[in-house]
Amino acid sequence: MRHLLTTKHLSRDAAIQILDVAEDMADVANREVKKLPALRGKTVVNLFFEDSTRTRISFEAAAKRLSADVINFSAKGSSVSKGESLKDTAQTLAAMGADAVVIRHQSSGAPQVLAESGWIDAPIVNAGDGTHEHPTQALLDAFTMRRRLYNGQSRGRDLDGVGVVIVGDILHSRVARSNLWLLETLGAHVTFVAPATLVPLGAETWPVAISYDLDATLAAEKPDVVMMLRIQSERMNAAFFPNAREYSREWGLDDVRFAALPTDTIVMHPGPMNRGLEISAAAADSAQSTVLEQVTNGVSIRMAALYLLLSGDREALL
Amino acid sequence: MTVNTAYLIRGATLPQGTRADLLVQDARITAVGTNLDTGSGLTVIDADGLIALPGLVDLHTHLREPGFEQSETVLTGSRAAAAGGFTSVFAMANTLPVSDTAGVVEQVQALGDAAGYATVRPIGAVTVGLAGERLSEIGAMAHSRAQVRVFSDDGKCVHDSLLMRRALEYVRTFDGVVAQHAQDPRLTENAQMNEGALSSELGLKGWPAVAEESIIARDVLLAEHVGSRLHVCHVSTAGSVEVIRWAKSRGITVTAEATPHHLLLTEDLIRSYDARYKVNPPLRRDEDVRALREGLADGTIDIIATDHAPHPKESKEAEWDAASFGMVGLESALSVAQTALIDTGLLTWNDIARVLSQTPADIGRLADHSHCFEVGAPANFTLVDPSTTSTFDLARLAGKSTNSPYLGRTLSGRVEYTFHHGYPTVGAAAVRPADEVATAAAAWKAGN
Amino acid sequence: MARVVLSQADMQRALTRIAHEILESNKGAADLVILGIPTRGVYLAQRIAAIIQRIEPEATATVPGSGSAMVGALDATMYRDDLSRGRTRTPSPTQIPSGGVDGKTVVLVDDVLYSGRTIRAALDALNDIGRPRVVRLAVLIDRGHRELPIRADFVGKNLPTSTDERINVRLAELDGVEEVSIENRAAEHPEADTARGPGTSTSAPSTSEATS
Repeated sequence: MRHLLTTKHLSRDAAIQILDVAEDMADVANREVKKLPALRGKTVVNLFFEDSTRTRISFEAAAKRLSADVINFSAKGSSVSKGESLKDTAQTLAAMGADAVVIRHQSSGAPQVLAESGWIDAPIVNAGDGTHEHPTQALLDAFTMRRRLYNGQSRGRDLDGVGVVIVGDILHSRVARSNLWLLETLGAHVTFVAPATLVPLGAETWPVAISYDLDATLAAEKPDVVMMLRIQSERMNAAFFPNAREYSREWGLDDVRFAALPTDTIVMHPGPMNRGLEISAAAADSAQSTVLEQVTNGVSIRMAALYLLLSGDREALL
Repeated sequence: MTVNTAYLIRGATLPQGTRADLLVQDARITAVGTNLDTGSGLTVIDADGLIALPGLVDLHTHLREPGFEQSETVLTGSRAAAAGGFTSVFAMANTLPVSDTAGVVEQVQALGDAAGYATVRPIGAVTVGLAGERLSEIGAMAHSRAQVRVFSDDGKCVHDSLLMRRALEYVRTFDGVVAQHAQDPRLTENAQMNEGALSSELGLKGWPAVAEESIIARDVLLAEHVGSRLHVCHVSTAGSVEVIRWAKSRGITVTAEATPHHLLLTEDLIRSYDARYKVNPPLRRDEDVRALREGLADGTIDIIATDHAPHPKESKEAEWDAASFGMVGLESALSVAQTALIDTGLLTWNDIARVLSQTPADIGRLADHSHCFEVGAPANFTLVDPSTTSTFDLARLAGKSTNSPYLGRTLSGRVEYTFHHGYPTVGAAAVRPADEVATAAAAWKAGN
Repeated sequence: MARVVLSQADMQRALTRIAHEILESNKGAADLVILGIPTRGVYLAQRIAAIIQRIEPEATATVPGSGSAMVGALDATMYRDDLSRGRTRTPSPTQIPSGGVDGKTVVLVDDVLYSGRTIRAALDALNDIGRPRVVRLAVLIDRGHRELPIRADFVGKNLPTSTDERINVRLAELDGVEEVSIENRAAEHPEADTARGPGTSTSAPSTSEATS
């Protein structure tokens, strides 16, 4: 693996390899010494053009558990916010000897530009770009599903036949996109549920079922997994739906909808949650909820990704 | 002028397919025939296998001067035009200051005259500062030495319906035309590429076809209502072609242009996030490209115009959202036209002469332009070798900027010679030096 | 041509002898933890544990029906000194018996002892898991050419080799056959320098793929 930019082009074998390595990484978290020496002497740069404390500390914990040195480069208040270009930033990091760059950027495709520009010759990990992709989130979601569904027997397994319903702002969600491509590759079948204003144009050509009716979908699909997406407050002012109450009524996982779910239905949310808007407190705090497991598993997945990107001879990877 | 070099073009193929020798003297074609005498003092050019086209006319060029000289100047932009076989370019108004006064348009014209690579005809802004609020001094620009006839806020759409109506009416007073950049601003806020399944996948904000088509539909109805002529810039969608076809069938006086890039390239290139492919209006789908080609073939689309839009390197070496819109296109236009339209059998070379020379000259009211190789016609023409196929590279670019989407791409044909007012601006596939061209231009002006 | 140096019966005898030696040195099966180093060391460790269980059933019967109270796997991939070279290595699971390793006698088991670098990595990995009372090393084959001051306590067979040769340990669980063979790598597999096929354990000198 040379870079981790999307899940769209990840093969089934490559995806399962990452998930399996993450199992080993997860085991380390249960030991007294939660650290591995694998990336000793390597420098991982967290290049965050967009604030995301959760994702940044997850990558930071992952790199540190692998004994890498971590440099956090936040664009806010730095030269980047004063007009420095992505190119200059990348060349600066290269000159400092960054061995890998974890990039979060508000502009879709920025990680790919970084990977293909020649400005820096280091593995690039996409930690979320615009409304494009967030591959490590999708991998940790798949990892979480696999662990829950197969009870410790998940190594080597895909998600063949697993039904996943993703609810909410699909239009602006890089998490939904990355999840769709990965889940499709792993054999799951995915349904998007959203108001028509929040379904991306052309999504009917994607390998996904699309529904506007959450109740009908939950009743008909009996999904193994229900994934609720965060509704950003700025969407409410842009005529995507009338107001939060109506959204919550139609597409929120409220107490009534949650109570109607079979008790083995997994409830997921990438966080941070708007309790009472897209998900009720009862659903979020239930035993069916994987919200905190997702956070834990995020570190394991990111350890696996960093390990696979930074070990081995770079020249031998192509 | 004391010594004016005379040229004998030997054995060129004219657009209609006939072979002829052309004698060029004192900026005019002085003889057309076969086996013309080679008198003394003549420079003979062997044009065997070369196609002679009337000097190409670009109705849509961004020369960037004044204000953005790091991207292009009138000199470098008209040099790029010459390299592409053009002898006249219409310079868009989105300069700094905006070309919305007689002073600015006269300055642009004077810079073009001094450089001498091509006739530079400034386009005047429709509204003051391109702000879309008040009409600019259209009369002053029309009556200036620049004799502006084309008015456009290109880069921005004249979106206010009432203002557009007034503009259409007012420019008629001066035999002018409004060239509309059709883009509904609200539907395209922060838009980055064609809206569809691909933009959704790539996470880039969509620029829906309807944002163009709805403005064109409104404008043709306005033009019909007030009886003015309308020109539509860079038509990019199949739906727009349909709307214009309908308008023409109703007898509305609308003309339309398509750019070379919209005739060859599709949105799939954006998978690379390579900002060289970022342009406004955006690259569209394959079916749009086909509709534009068919529109040109059946006359719905009247002309090809380059929308040559130079940008410095740093504007394109960036993440997609941050990169500038636009591509350079003068140097590659004819090769792209040949590749997309001649090689595919849709157009003949005579059609190319029509869509890249005659009709744009008519729309822009270009004075002293002839598309016929006849005795007495101004010696503005280009000689093209249609038989070569080559990789388009940096050596083919003659402007200041290199933001060409064709670098590394195989294209047909090559401009071998360009003559402007009877002197060569391109000779043996090489652009002539600036001082030589400026001297020849000054001599022409003195003798005129 | 590969030359068979240990048959199935030879291997069985060697493992049985190793099991007896371990019990003798540990004075019984008490506090014994046998950790195989992936891939083939894990299977060898399970076999040694099974033999020990047969010899001393009462001492190992804490988990009925298996020797899992005693046997496990120790993956040393993340502790290797050559992670930046060659192809990316995928780690294997580490499984430590529920009793842990603190205060235990840990016997590391691998198929071939060669440079000693894998054992060095395994010792580091073990160090991060706990503090055994004593650590021993058991190998099926010791082929020499050590690059570190490491030696085995229990050896199935000492097999002097040239660095051009490679040792193939084949186990029924993975390979369908049960034998140890030796072949001249340079002559037969000039391209196989870095390959460690899933079906064969190889010890190649010029690369760090040496299993031990």
